[in-house]
Amino acid sequence: MKTYYNSEDLKKFGKIADFQKPMADKFFDYYGEVFKAGALTAREKSLIALAVSHAIQCPYCIEAYTVDTMEKGCDEEQMMEAVHVAAAIRGGASLVHSTQMMNKVKEISM
Amino acid sequence: MKSLKAQNHPLSSSTHELEVLEAQSEITPFYKKLKESGLFPLKPTQIEVLQINMGKMCNQVCKHCHVDAGPDRKEIMTRDTMGFCLDVIRNENIKNVDLTGGAPEMNPDFRWFVEEIRKISDKINIIVRCNLTIIVANPKYNDLPEFFKTNRIDIASSLPYFTAVKTDSQRGEGVFEKSIKALNMLNAVGYGIAGSGLVLDLVYNPSGAFLPASQSDLELEFKKKLSSQYGIEFNSLFTITNLPISRFLEYLIRSENYESYMEKLLDAYNPVAAANVMCRNTISVGWDGFLYDCDFNQMLELKVETTGSQHISEWNQIQLLNRNIVVNQHCFGCTAGAGSSCGGTTS
Ligand code: SF4
Ligand code: SF4
Repeated sequence: MKTYYNSEDLKKFGKIADFQKPMADKFFDYYGEVFKAGALTAREKSLIALAVSHAIQCPYCIEAYTVDTMEKGCDEEQMMEAVHVAAAIRGGASLVHSTQMMNKVKEISM
Repeated sequence: MKSLKAQNHPLSSSTHELEVLEAQSEITPFYKKLKESGLFPLKPTQIEVLQINMGKMCNQVCKHCHVDAGPDRKEIMTRDTMGFCLDVIRNENIKNVDLTGGAPEMNPDFRWFVEEIRKISDKINIIVRCNLTIIVANPKYNDLPEFFKTNRIDIASSLPYFTAVKTDSQRGEGVFEKSIKALNMLNAVGYGIAGSGLVLDLVYNPSGAFLPASQSDLELEFKKKLSSQYGIEFNSLFTITNLPISRFLEYLIRSENYESYMEKLLDAYNPVAAANVMCRNTISVGWDGFLYDCDFNQMLELKVETTGSQHISEWNQIQLLNRNIVVNQHCFGCTAGAGSSCGGTTS
Protein backbone atom coordinates (compact mmCIF):
# COMPACT_ATOMS: atom_id res chain seq x y z
CA MET A 1 0.00 0.00 0.00
CA LYS A 2 1.29 3.46 -0.86
CA THR A 3 1.57 5.81 2.09
CA TYR A 4 2.93 9.32 2.51
CA TYR A 5 5.25 8.11 5.27
CA ASN A 6 7.61 5.21 4.71
CA SER A 7 10.01 4.25 7.52
CA GLU A 8 12.61 3.19 4.90
CA ASP A 9 12.82 6.86 3.87
CA LEU A 10 14.42 7.76 7.20
CA LYS A 11 17.65 6.13 5.99
CA LYS A 12 17.55 8.41 2.93
CA PHE A 13 17.72 11.62 4.98
CA GLY A 14 21.30 12.25 3.86
CA LYS A 15 20.15 12.10 0.25
CA ILE A 16 18.59 15.55 0.48
CA ALA A 17 22.10 16.66 -0.55
CA ASP A 18 21.49 15.17 -4.02
CA PHE A 19 19.26 18.10 -4.90
CA GLN A 20 21.04 20.89 -3.02
CA LYS A 21 24.45 19.99 -1.61
CA PRO A 22 25.83 23.23 -0.10
CA MET A 23 22.73 23.84 1.99
CA ALA A 24 22.47 20.19 3.04
CA ASP A 25 26.14 20.19 4.07
CA LYS A 26 25.62 23.30 6.15
CA PHE A 27 22.48 21.83 7.71
CA PHE A 28 24.13 18.51 8.64
CA ASP A 29 27.21 20.28 10.04
CA TYR A 30 24.95 22.42 12.15
CA TYR A 31 22.84 19.43 13.17
CA GLY A 32 25.92 17.52 14.27
CA GLU A 33 27.16 20.50 16.25
CA VAL A 34 23.82 20.99 17.97
CA PHE A 35 23.69 17.42 19.26
CA LYS A 36 27.24 17.31 20.61
CA ALA A 37 27.56 17.41 24.39
CA GLY A 38 27.96 21.02 25.52
CA ALA A 39 26.32 22.88 28.36
CA LEU A 40 23.68 20.14 28.02
CA THR A 41 24.67 16.49 27.86
CA ALA A 42 24.05 14.50 24.66
CA ARG A 43 21.48 12.55 26.67
CA GLU A 44 19.56 15.67 27.70
CA LYS A 45 19.58 16.93 24.11
CA SER A 46 18.26 13.60 22.89
CA LEU A 47 15.35 13.76 25.36
CA ILE A 48 14.54 17.31 24.23
CA ALA A 49 14.61 16.09 20.61
CA LEU A 50 12.25 13.26 21.52
CA ALA A 51 9.81 15.70 23.11
CA VAL A 52 10.01 18.11 20.17
CA SER A 53 9.50 15.22 17.72
CA HIS A 54 6.18 14.56 19.40
CA ALA A 55 5.23 18.24 19.45
CA ILE A 56 5.87 18.53 15.71
CA GLN A 57 4.47 15.00 15.21
CA CYS A 58 7.21 13.89 12.83
CA PRO A 59 7.19 10.07 12.54
CA TYR A 60 10.78 9.99 11.28
CA CYS A 61 12.02 12.02 14.23
CA ILE A 62 9.97 9.98 16.69
CA GLU A 63 11.52 6.75 15.42
CA ALA A 64 15.03 8.19 15.32
CA TYR A 65 14.89 9.75 18.79
CA THR A 66 13.16 6.78 20.40
CA VAL A 67 16.16 4.68 19.40
CA ASP A 68 18.61 7.47 20.20
CA THR A 69 17.29 8.10 23.72
CA MET A 70 17.42 4.35 24.43
CA GLU A 71 20.98 4.27 23.11
CA LYS A 72 21.75 7.14 25.46
CA GLY A 73 20.61 4.98 28.39
CA CYS A 74 17.15 6.49 29.00
CA ASP A 75 14.31 4.27 30.13
CA GLU A 76 10.64 4.26 29.18
CA GLU A 77 9.58 6.34 32.17
CA GLN A 78 12.01 9.14 31.35
CA MET A 79 11.01 9.06 27.69
CA MET A 80 7.31 9.25 28.48
CA GLU A 81 7.92 12.12 30.89
CA ALA A 82 9.65 13.98 28.06
CA VAL A 83 6.60 13.43 25.84
CA HIS A 84 4.38 14.72 28.65
CA VAL A 85 6.46 17.88 28.73
CA ALA A 86 5.70 18.32 25.01
CA ALA A 87 2.02 17.55 25.61
CA ALA A 88 1.82 19.95 28.57
CA ILE A 89 3.35 22.76 26.53
CA ARG A 90 1.08 22.04 23.57
CA GLY A 91 -2.00 21.80 25.82
CA GLY A 92 -0.90 24.84 27.78
CA ALA A 93 -0.38 26.78 24.56
CA SER A 94 -4.00 26.13 23.57
CA LEU A 95 -5.33 26.90 27.02
CA VAL A 96 -3.33 30.07 27.54
CA HIS A 97 -4.83 31.40 24.30
CA SER A 98 -8.21 31.10 25.99
CA THR A 99 -7.30 34.31 27.79
CA GLN A 100 -7.83 35.99 24.40
CA MET A 101 -11.20 34.31 24.13
CA MET A 102 -12.04 35.45 27.64
CA ASN A 103 -10.90 39.01 26.89
CA LYS A 104 -13.07 39.08 23.80
CA VAL A 105 -16.04 37.60 25.65
CA LYS A 106 -15.73 40.33 28.27
CA GLU A 107 -15.30 42.99 25.63
CA ILE A 108 -18.51 42.16 23.81
CA SER A 109 -20.62 41.07 26.74
CA MET A 110 -22.89 43.25 28.86
CA MET B 1 11.74 -20.37 31.11
CA LYS B 2 13.88 -23.12 29.63
CA SER B 3 17.16 -22.92 27.74
CA LEU B 4 17.00 -23.18 23.94
CA LYS B 5 18.71 -26.53 24.30
CA ALA B 6 16.01 -27.87 26.64
CA GLN B 7 13.36 -26.58 24.24
CA ASN B 8 15.10 -28.39 21.40
CA HIS B 9 15.10 -25.08 19.57
CA PRO B 10 16.84 -25.08 16.15
CA LEU B 11 19.01 -22.15 17.31
CA SER B 12 20.52 -24.33 20.04
CA SER B 13 22.59 -25.81 17.22
CA SER B 14 25.68 -23.75 16.49
CA THR B 15 25.66 -24.98 12.89
CA HIS B 16 22.21 -23.49 12.43
CA GLU B 17 23.25 -20.24 14.14
CA LEU B 18 26.15 -19.90 11.72
CA GLU B 19 23.88 -20.64 8.75
CA VAL B 20 21.54 -17.86 9.88
CA LEU B 21 24.43 -15.43 10.37
CA GLU B 22 25.97 -16.19 6.99
CA ALA B 23 22.67 -16.11 5.09
CA GLN B 24 22.20 -12.35 5.28
CA SER B 25 23.79 -11.44 1.96
CA GLU B 26 23.27 -7.66 2.24
CA ILE B 27 25.62 -7.53 5.24
CA THR B 28 29.26 -7.25 4.15
CA PRO B 29 31.29 -10.23 5.40
CA PHE B 30 33.14 -9.29 8.57
CA TYR B 31 36.50 -10.42 7.20
CA LYS B 32 36.13 -7.93 4.33
CA LYS B 33 35.70 -5.09 6.79
CA LEU B 34 38.80 -6.34 8.64
CA LYS B 35 40.68 -6.39 5.32
CA GLU B 36 39.71 -2.77 4.65
CA SER B 37 41.13 -1.95 8.08
CA GLY B 38 44.34 -3.89 7.36
CA LEU B 39 43.51 -6.42 10.08
CA PHE B 40 42.88 -9.61 8.14
CA PRO B 41 43.84 -12.29 9.02
CA LEU B 42 43.18 -11.22 12.59
CA LYS B 43 46.17 -12.11 14.77
CA PRO B 44 46.66 -12.23 18.51
CA THR B 45 48.93 -9.62 20.06
CA GLN B 46 49.68 -11.64 23.20
CA ILE B 47 47.94 -13.89 25.70
CA GLU B 48 47.16 -11.80 28.76
CA VAL B 49 43.82 -13.22 29.81
CA LEU B 50 42.65 -16.78 30.33
CA GLN B 51 38.88 -16.72 30.42
CA ILE B 52 37.52 -19.94 31.83
CA ASN B 53 33.93 -21.03 31.40
CA MET B 54 33.25 -23.21 34.41
CA GLY B 55 29.95 -24.55 33.14
CA LYS B 56 26.64 -23.62 31.60
CA MET B 57 24.62 -24.16 34.76
CA CYS B 58 23.03 -20.97 36.10
CA ASN B 59 20.32 -20.03 38.58
CA GLN B 60 18.99 -17.50 36.06
CA VAL B 61 17.67 -17.79 32.50
CA CYS B 62 18.28 -14.32 31.09
CA LYS B 63 16.57 -13.60 27.81
CA HIS B 64 19.70 -12.38 26.05
CA CYS B 65 22.15 -15.02 27.37
CA HIS B 66 24.78 -15.92 24.75
CA VAL B 67 25.66 -19.06 26.72
CA ASP B 68 22.06 -20.35 26.71
CA ALA B 69 22.69 -21.00 30.38
CA GLY B 70 20.12 -22.03 32.96
CA PRO B 71 19.29 -24.51 35.72
CA ASP B 72 18.61 -27.15 33.07
CA ARG B 73 22.16 -27.04 31.67
CA LYS B 74 24.33 -29.75 33.16
CA GLU B 75 27.65 -29.10 31.37
CA ILE B 76 30.19 -28.38 34.09
CA MET B 77 33.99 -28.23 34.26
CA THR B 78 35.64 -31.12 36.10
CA ARG B 79 38.52 -30.88 38.60
CA ASP B 80 40.76 -32.64 36.06
CA THR B 81 40.18 -29.92 33.48
CA MET B 82 40.72 -27.28 36.17
CA GLY B 83 44.03 -29.02 36.89
CA PHE B 84 45.13 -28.46 33.27
CA CYS B 85 44.08 -24.81 33.58
CA LEU B 86 46.21 -24.46 36.72
CA ASP B 87 49.23 -25.90 34.87
CA VAL B 88 48.82 -23.33 32.10
CA ILE B 89 48.35 -20.44 34.55
CA ARG B 90 51.51 -21.53 36.40
CA ASN B 91 53.71 -22.43 33.43
CA GLU B 92 52.74 -19.59 31.11
CA ASN B 93 52.71 -16.97 33.81
CA ILE B 94 49.13 -15.89 33.07
CA LYS B 95 48.39 -12.56 34.77
CA ASN B 96 44.60 -12.39 34.41
CA VAL B 97 42.17 -15.22 35.04
CA ASP B 98 38.55 -14.50 34.26
CA LEU B 99 36.04 -17.00 35.64
CA THR B 100 32.68 -17.14 33.94
CA GLY B 101 29.78 -19.47 33.22
CA GLY B 102 26.77 -19.91 33.72
CA ALA B 103 27.15 -19.05 37.34
CA PRO B 104 30.74 -20.17 38.02
CA GLU B 105 29.96 -20.39 41.75
CA MET B 106 27.57 -23.30 41.05
CA ASN B 107 30.46 -25.49 40.00
CA PRO B 108 31.08 -27.73 43.07
CA ASP B 109 34.85 -27.22 42.69
CA PHE B 110 34.65 -23.44 42.26
CA ARG B 111 36.10 -22.54 45.67
CA TRP B 112 38.85 -25.14 45.42
CA PHE B 113 39.81 -23.82 41.99
CA VAL B 114 39.91 -20.17 43.12
CA GLU B 115 42.11 -21.06 46.10
CA GLU B 116 44.46 -23.07 43.89
CA ILE B 117 44.84 -20.15 41.48
CA ARG B 118 45.53 -17.79 44.38
CA LYS B 119 48.19 -20.21 45.68
CA ILE B 120 50.08 -19.87 42.38
CA SER B 121 50.59 -16.15 42.91
CA ASP B 122 49.37 -13.22 44.94
CA LYS B 123 49.72 -11.07 41.86
CA ILE B 124 47.25 -12.84 39.57
CA ASN B 125 44.24 -10.76 38.84
CA ILE B 126 41.28 -13.10 39.34
CA ILE B 127 37.93 -11.87 38.07
CA VAL B 128 34.68 -13.65 38.85
CA ARG B 129 31.69 -12.83 36.67
CA CYS B 130 29.12 -13.05 39.43
CA ASN B 131 25.47 -12.67 38.47
CA LEU B 132 24.71 -11.28 41.99
CA THR B 133 21.52 -13.26 42.60
CA ILE B 134 23.56 -16.42 43.21
CA ILE B 135 24.76 -14.85 46.49
CA VAL B 136 21.19 -14.85 47.83
CA ALA B 137 19.91 -17.92 45.91
CA ASN B 138 20.70 -20.36 48.70
CA PRO B 139 22.16 -19.98 52.23
CA LYS B 140 25.24 -21.96 51.12
CA TYR B 141 26.19 -19.04 48.87
CA ASN B 142 25.59 -16.26 51.42
CA ASP B 143 29.24 -16.19 52.46
CA LEU B 144 30.51 -15.66 48.90
CA PRO B 145 31.34 -11.96 49.54
CA GLU B 146 33.66 -13.04 52.40
CA PHE B 147 35.16 -15.80 50.26
CA PHE B 148 35.79 -13.34 47.40
CA LYS B 149 37.40 -10.90 49.82
CA THR B 150 39.68 -13.51 51.39
CA ASN B 151 40.94 -14.51 47.94
CA ARG B 152 41.24 -10.91 46.65
CA ILE B 153 38.86 -11.54 43.76
CA ASP B 154 37.66 -8.75 41.47
CA ILE B 155 33.91 -8.92 40.90
CA ALA B 156 32.22 -8.07 37.58
CA SER B 157 28.43 -8.21 37.77
CA SER B 158 25.67 -7.60 35.28
CA LEU B 159 23.03 -5.05 36.11
CA PRO B 160 21.19 -3.93 32.98
CA TYR B 161 19.63 -0.90 34.63
CA PHE B 162 19.02 0.90 37.89
CA THR B 163 15.30 0.14 37.80
CA ALA B 164 13.43 -3.10 38.47
CA VAL B 165 11.27 -2.98 35.33
CA LYS B 166 14.17 -2.92 32.88
CA THR B 167 16.38 -5.33 34.84
CA ASP B 168 13.62 -7.88 35.38
CA SER B 169 12.46 -7.73 31.76
CA GLN B 170 15.87 -8.97 30.69
CA ARG B 171 17.01 -11.12 33.60
CA GLY B 172 13.77 -12.42 35.14
CA GLU B 173 11.13 -11.53 37.70
CA GLY B 174 12.57 -10.36 41.02
CA VAL B 175 16.18 -10.24 39.81
CA PHE B 176 16.58 -6.53 40.47
CA GLU B 177 15.55 -6.77 44.12
CA LYS B 178 17.86 -9.73 44.72
CA SER B 179 20.71 -8.01 42.89
CA ILE B 180 20.35 -4.94 45.11
CA LYS B 181 20.43 -7.19 48.18
CA ALA B 182 23.59 -8.91 46.91
CA LEU B 183 25.22 -5.55 46.09
CA ASN B 184 24.51 -4.41 49.64
CA MET B 185 26.19 -7.57 50.94
CA LEU B 186 29.23 -6.98 48.71
CA ASN B 187 29.45 -3.34 49.83
CA ALA B 188 29.18 -4.48 53.45
CA VAL B 189 32.47 -6.41 53.24
CA GLY B 190 34.14 -3.52 51.41
CA TYR B 191 33.57 -4.29 47.71
CA GLY B 192 33.21 -1.15 45.61
CA ILE B 193 34.08 1.09 48.57
CA ALA B 194 36.76 3.68 47.86
CA GLY B 195 40.10 2.81 49.43
CA SER B 196 39.22 -0.84 50.17
CA GLY B 197 41.12 -2.19 47.17
CA LEU B 198 38.18 -4.55 46.56
CA VAL B 199 36.92 -4.09 43.02
CA LEU B 200 33.24 -4.30 42.17
CA ASP B 201 32.47 -3.43 38.55
CA LEU B 202 29.03 -3.45 36.99
CA VAL B 203 28.21 -4.48 33.45
CA TYR B 204 25.43 -2.90 31.41
CA ASN B 205 24.02 -4.35 28.24
CA PRO B 206 21.00 -3.01 26.37
CA SER B 207 17.67 -4.71 27.06
CA GLY B 208 16.73 -4.95 23.40
CA ALA B 209 17.80 -4.41 19.81
CA PHE B 210 19.78 -1.23 20.29
CA LEU B 211 23.36 -0.20 21.03
CA PRO B 212 24.69 0.69 24.48
CA ALA B 213 24.98 4.26 25.73
CA SER B 214 28.28 6.02 26.28
CA GLN B 215 30.12 4.17 29.04
CA SER B 216 31.20 7.27 30.96
CA ASP B 217 27.79 8.99 30.77
CA LEU B 218 25.97 5.88 31.90
CA GLU B 219 28.45 5.23 34.69
CA LEU B 220 27.67 8.67 36.14
CA GLU B 221 23.95 8.00 35.89
CA PHE B 222 24.26 4.54 37.53
CA LYS B 223 26.42 5.94 40.33
CA LYS B 224 23.99 8.75 41.04
CA LYS B 225 20.88 6.54 41.04
CA LEU B 226 22.30 3.50 42.86
CA SER B 227 23.89 5.63 45.53
CA SER B 228 20.93 7.94 46.18
CA GLN B 229 18.22 5.29 46.05
CA TYR B 230 19.93 2.20 47.46
CA GLY B 231 23.16 3.44 49.04
CA ILE B 232 25.17 1.24 46.68
CA GLU B 233 28.76 1.99 45.67
CA PHE B 234 30.72 0.41 42.84
CA ASN B 235 33.93 1.06 40.89
CA SER B 236 33.34 1.16 37.13
CA LEU B 237 30.52 0.49 34.74
CA PHE B 238 31.31 -1.45 31.57
CA THR B 239 28.94 -1.20 28.64
CA ILE B 240 28.64 -4.26 26.43
CA THR B 241 26.93 -4.75 23.06
CA ASN B 242 24.70 -7.80 22.68
CA LEU B 243 26.12 -10.16 20.08
CA PRO B 244 23.70 -11.82 17.67
CA ILE B 245 24.08 -15.37 18.91
CA SER B 246 22.11 -17.87 20.98
CA ARG B 247 19.15 -16.48 22.95
CA PHE B 248 19.74 -12.90 21.79
CA LEU B 249 19.73 -14.10 18.17
CA GLU B 250 16.51 -15.98 18.85
CA TYR B 251 15.00 -12.79 20.30
CA LEU B 252 16.15 -10.72 17.30
CA ILE B 253 14.58 -13.13 14.84
CA ARG B 254 11.35 -13.59 16.81
CA SER B 255 10.89 -9.83 17.25
CA GLU B 256 11.75 -9.16 13.58
CA ASN B 257 14.69 -6.99 14.57
CA TYR B 258 17.42 -9.24 13.22
CA GLU B 259 18.07 -7.55 9.87
CA SER B 260 17.94 -4.01 11.15
CA TYR B 261 20.15 -4.92 14.11
CA MET B 262 22.82 -6.39 11.83
CA GLU B 263 22.64 -3.28 9.64
CA LYS B 264 23.04 -1.15 12.72
CA LEU B 265 26.14 -3.09 13.81
CA LEU B 266 27.61 -2.87 10.32
CA ASP B 267 26.90 0.87 10.02
CA ALA B 268 28.59 1.42 13.38
CA TYR B 269 31.74 -0.57 12.43
CA ASN B 270 34.73 1.16 14.01
CA PRO B 271 38.24 0.19 12.83
CA VAL B 272 39.79 1.34 16.13
CA ALA B 273 37.49 -1.00 18.04
CA ALA B 274 38.36 -3.74 15.52
CA ALA B 275 42.05 -3.35 16.29
CA ASN B 276 41.29 -3.79 20.00
CA VAL B 277 38.92 -6.76 20.02
CA MET B 278 39.42 -8.89 23.12
CA CYS B 279 40.25 -12.11 21.24
CA ARG B 280 43.63 -10.55 20.46
CA ASN B 281 44.82 -10.95 24.04
CA THR B 282 42.52 -13.65 25.42
CA ILE B 283 42.11 -17.39 25.24
CA SER B 284 38.76 -18.79 26.23
CA VAL B 285 38.53 -22.24 27.79
CA GLY B 286 35.30 -24.21 27.47
CA TRP B 287 33.79 -26.29 30.30
CA ASP B 288 35.24 -29.38 28.60
CA GLY B 289 38.71 -27.86 28.19
CA PHE B 290 38.60 -26.94 24.51
CA LEU B 291 40.15 -23.63 23.52
CA TYR B 292 38.49 -20.77 21.68
CA ASP B 293 39.33 -17.22 20.62
CA CYS B 294 36.57 -15.86 22.86
CA ASP B 295 33.48 -16.88 24.82
CA PHE B 296 31.27 -16.11 21.78
CA ASN B 297 33.27 -18.38 19.47
CA GLN B 298 33.05 -20.97 22.24
CA MET B 299 29.26 -20.87 22.13
CA LEU B 300 29.36 -21.15 18.33
CA GLU B 301 31.75 -24.11 18.76
CA LEU B 302 34.42 -22.42 16.63
CA LYS B 303 37.60 -23.82 18.17
CA VAL B 304 40.99 -22.09 17.86
CA GLU B 305 42.58 -22.77 14.48
CA THR B 306 45.70 -24.61 15.55
CA THR B 307 46.85 -28.08 14.63
CA GLY B 308 47.97 -29.33 18.02
CA SER B 309 46.67 -26.91 20.63
CA GLN B 310 42.91 -27.10 20.68
CA HIS B 311 42.58 -28.37 24.23
CA ILE B 312 43.94 -26.97 27.49
CA SER B 313 45.78 -30.27 28.10
CA GLU B 314 47.85 -29.72 24.93
CA TRP B 315 48.48 -25.96 25.35
CA ASN B 316 51.12 -24.76 22.92
CA GLN B 317 51.86 -21.07 23.43
CA ILE B 318 53.71 -20.64 20.11
CA GLN B 319 50.92 -22.18 18.08
CA LEU B 320 48.33 -20.12 19.91
CA LEU B 321 50.25 -16.90 19.37
CA ASN B 322 50.63 -17.63 15.68
CA ARG B 323 47.06 -18.65 15.00
CA ASN B 324 44.54 -16.82 12.86
CA ILE B 325 41.52 -15.79 14.93
CA VAL B 326 38.27 -17.29 13.62
CA VAL B 327 35.82 -14.54 12.70
CA ASN B 328 32.26 -14.47 11.44
CA GLN B 329 29.30 -12.10 11.24
CA HIS B 330 28.69 -12.09 15.02
CA CYS B 331 32.02 -10.25 15.39
CA PHE B 332 30.30 -7.04 14.23
CA GLY B 333 29.00 -6.86 17.80
CA CYS B 334 32.56 -6.30 19.08
CA THR B 335 33.39 -3.54 16.60
CA ALA B 336 30.27 -1.37 16.70
CA GLY B 337 30.56 2.18 18.01
CA ALA B 338 32.96 2.44 20.91
CA GLY B 339 33.56 -1.35 20.68
CA SER B 340 32.65 -4.06 23.12
CA SER B 341 34.49 -6.61 25.20
CA CYS B 342 34.11 -8.30 28.58
CA GLY B 343 35.88 -5.23 29.95
CA GLY B 344 33.53 -2.77 28.25
CA THR B 345 34.35 -0.39 25.41
CA THR B 346 37.58 -0.78 23.46
CA SER B 347 38.15 2.58 21.78
S1 SF4 C 1 23.43 -13.98 31.26
FE1 SF4 C 1 24.66 -14.74 32.98
S2 SF4 C 1 23.23 -14.78 34.70
FE2 SF4 C 1 22.00 -14.67 32.85
S3 SF4 C 1 21.51 -16.79 32.30
FE3 SF4 C 1 23.37 -16.22 31.18
S4 SF4 C 1 25.04 -16.88 32.48
FE4 SF4 C 1 23.21 -16.82 33.76
S1 SF4 D 1 33.27 -12.28 18.61
FE1 SF4 D 1 35.15 -13.11 19.46
S2 SF4 D 1 36.39 -13.56 17.66
FE2 SF4 D 1 34.84 -12.15 17.01
S3 SF4 D 1 35.79 -10.13 17.24
FE3 SF4 D 1 34.62 -10.55 19.10
S4 SF4 D 1 36.13 -11.38 20.50
FE4 SF4 D 1 37.00 -11.55 18.43
